[in-house]
Amino acid sequence: MNTQRRTIVKGLSGAALLKVLAAAGFIAPGSALAEWNTAAFAAKSLGETLKALSAGTPAESNHVSLTGPDIAENGAIVPVGVTSSLPNTTMVAILIEKNPNPLAASFVLPEGTEASVQTRIKMAQTSNVYALVKADGKFFMATREIKVIVGGCGA
Amino acid sequence: MGNPTKIRATHKDGVTEVRVSISHEMETGQRKDANGAVVPAWFITEFVARHNEKLVLHSEFGTAVSRNPYLAFRFKGGSKGDKVVVSWKDNKGDSRTDEAVIT
Repeated sequence: MNTQRRTIVKGLSGAALLKVLAAAGFIAPGSALAEWNTAAFAAKSLGETLKALSAGTPAESNHVSLTGPDIAENGAIVPVGVTSSLPNTTMVAILIEKNPNPLAASFVLPEGTEASVQTRIKMAQTSNVYALVKADGKFFMATREIKVIVGGCGA
Repeated sequence: MGNPTKIRATHKDGVTEVRVSISHEMETGQRKDANGAVVPAWFITEFVARHNEKLVLHSEFGTAVSRNPYLAFRFKGGSKGDKVVVSWKDNKGDSRTDEAVIT
């Protein structure tokens, strides 16, 4: 019997099992943190996304700011930034209302990390963009409309 | 494995600013190729940054993060010469870790 082959097959099935467990949410991949929030990222409307994030109905707050262009020529690269001056901001998320899946990214901020993140997102069309933050266990948000000239869906 | 992630970490007045530029296709799964077949989604799902083993940012991406994702964030502390380590993981199970020294 080819023992080397046996070992490889065994090793593979171990890895496969690990994947199954990870998919089932038993093991967080990479870091020992929360599993990629499939429900939130797969949600197709703003309401569904907020529900999947257990965000309820976030209150508009002027302590949260969302920066970005008023008009984006290219929807494939829209620079946006979120800052929050609320104490104990632990989570920041960026949502685009009219994208096929509104949630673009979420950031968990450990203690010591400032509530200020910038990134670049894709927008399918002109839409309201929401900055959702969690501070002291409560959810707040800021809104900004960004007009898109060429949609970024095909990019 | 992809190409190396570009990292710039600068320290000023007790705060370290980290700017990261990742090389990744970030395919949305919405696009069709010339034959009309859907190009399957291929995107980074998880991004983690550490400073001296301490987690400073943990983020999850969806398909709406632009190609070759750019990210900037700040954390308190850090000093020149310290290491910042960033890693990402995509939906195909690929991953990559890069590090930079704070200047």
